[in-house]
Amino acid sequence: MRDLYARFGGGLATIFLSLVLIWLAAMVLAPNLMMIDYALRPNLPPAQIGSEADTWSLDNFLYLANEGVHRAIFFKTVWASALVAALTLVVCYPIAFWMAQRATPGQLSIALMLVIIPFFINEVLRTLAWFIILAYRGPLNAVLQGIGLIDAPIRWQGDGGVLAGMVYAYILFMLLPIYNAIESLDRSQLEAARDLGSPTWRTHWRVVIPHAKAGIATGCVFTFMLAAGSYVAPALLGSPGSRWFTEIIYNWFFEGGDWNRGAAYALTLLVLCLAVVLVTLRLFRVNLTDVAK
Amino acid sequence: MTADRIFRGLFVLYLLAFVIYLFAPLLIMSVAAFNTSRFPTVIPWQGTTMDWFSAMWADAAMWRALWTSAIVAVLVVVVALPVGTAAALVLTTLHSRARSVAYAVMVSPLLTPGVVIGISTLILWRQVGVGGGIALIVVAQTTFIICYVMLMVMARLQRFDRTQEEAALGLGASRVMVFRRVLLPFLRPALLASGGLAILQSVENYNTTLFVRGFETPLTVFIATKVRTGLTPAVNALALVIIAATIIGAIAYEIARRRQVTARPRS
Repeated sequence: MRDLYARFGGGLATIFLSLVLIWLAAMVLAPNLMMIDYALRPNLPPAQIGSEADTWSLDNFLYLANEGVHRAIFFKTVWASALVAALTLVVCYPIAFWMAQRATPGQLSIALMLVIIPFFINEVLRTLAWFIILAYRGPLNAVLQGIGLIDAPIRWQGDGGVLAGMVYAYILFMLLPIYNAIESLDRSQLEAARDLGSPTWRTHWRVVIPHAKAGIATGCVFTFMLAAGSYVAPALLGSPGSRWFTEIIYNWFFEGGDWNRGAAYALTLLVLCLAVVLVTLRLFRVNLTDVAK
Repeated sequence: MTADRIFRGLFVLYLLAFVIYLFAPLLIMSVAAFNTSRFPTVIPWQGTTMDWFSAMWADAAMWRALWTSAIVAVLVVVVALPVGTAAALVLTTLHSRARSVAYAVMVSPLLTPGVVIGISTLILWRQVGVGGGIALIVVAQTTFIICYVMLMVMARLQRFDRTQEEAALGLGASRVMVFRRVLLPFLRPALLASGGLAILQSVENYNTTLFVRGFETPLTVFIATKVRTGLTPAVNALALVIIAATIIGAIAYEIARRRQVTARPRS
């Protein structure tokens, strides 16, 4: 603090500090505290707010725990998000390895450009693209029927569609951390493993993956978090039978009209995501500073 | 070594499939904008037309959505750039222990799901009687966009040579003058790049915006609503225009970023 004043002088340092404090207090801390407060209170008509009935309790959380459908959707969202992370990892790992260790500088710069361009395009549009591909009378069904793989069109909308859209949407968040991690692996280690007679799969299992584990953890954590908190992919690519936890939260706010319960649900999602992020990072000994790049 | 060659061939096929996977969806979506068919698709091709572009152009609701998104993006940049820069300066000046705590708090919005940021902002401001609308969209979006600005400015600050400030002070410049004439020009490329990123993040945001939009309809909400209520290729025409604009923007951003990497502080 003293350093800040010594460096910028009283006026500027005060301006900087106030801007940062306003941001942290009014935009980061206060909203979250108010959300916790909301989640702990019952939903009351305006006249009763502040009355004796308006006390803190865990009722809203217990409601989620006891309501079978919502609980099932919550757990489905958790494991489906983990599945999204796992699928994205499988799709990205070979590409990341190739980019980091095998590609020539020319190939690498083209590859980086090719993977980054689609991700400058907004998530809603990317999801719309999948909506069109997966449509009942859409291109995917037409192609599959054309080559005789299926007899009748398949209804992709639902869990399958949501997974496809999400894996596509989060590729870059998986690819770049793993690429960065594998890039720092000394190529002579790969050669040493090969010279000692290690088959390719074992070199990956014993050399590359342990070296890249921080990058893999970062990619998985981010993909999981983005998937669990996504609204657009389930809303556009899902079906009534494949609801996502964020859709339930949305309904509490804009259809069910019970903000308190909605806040409790949102808080549950937040705690889940933070827990997954922090536990994974601790397990893989990744520093928060390295994550936010 | 035939096994090796087969493996290599398979891998090339995988690379090819990956590139197709990345671009086929965008290509199909774009091409469908030229198909006469009322539902956007490429099979069957019912004839080539430009009508969907004029339909999109004539859609007043689309223009209102675009306008809303533009206002929000400008306001987000105006708020996020100064605060993000201030945060980066405060953080780099702090000492180690306090610094890691402050850092964790300051990047926490990036680890918070977008819907939760929208919800908590909505709840807080209802207490003081402010409902969803442009102001709340700006507040909710800047909450996390500030983090991006902060990280980019910090990255550039790491290469800043503090002796320049001392030299300027020694030559009699005031502290405000040092900031304006030494530090700000040095940060310029990072500020340009993070301004571009902030606009992009703002315009493309959906998860957070959805909860705080009130009765406003920004572009992403407009598109998502169209998909659910009556999708015509006019939306694809809009998508094609946005994709073209984004790619041009991305190229400009990349140029700014490269300049940031190579730029030397002006003395």
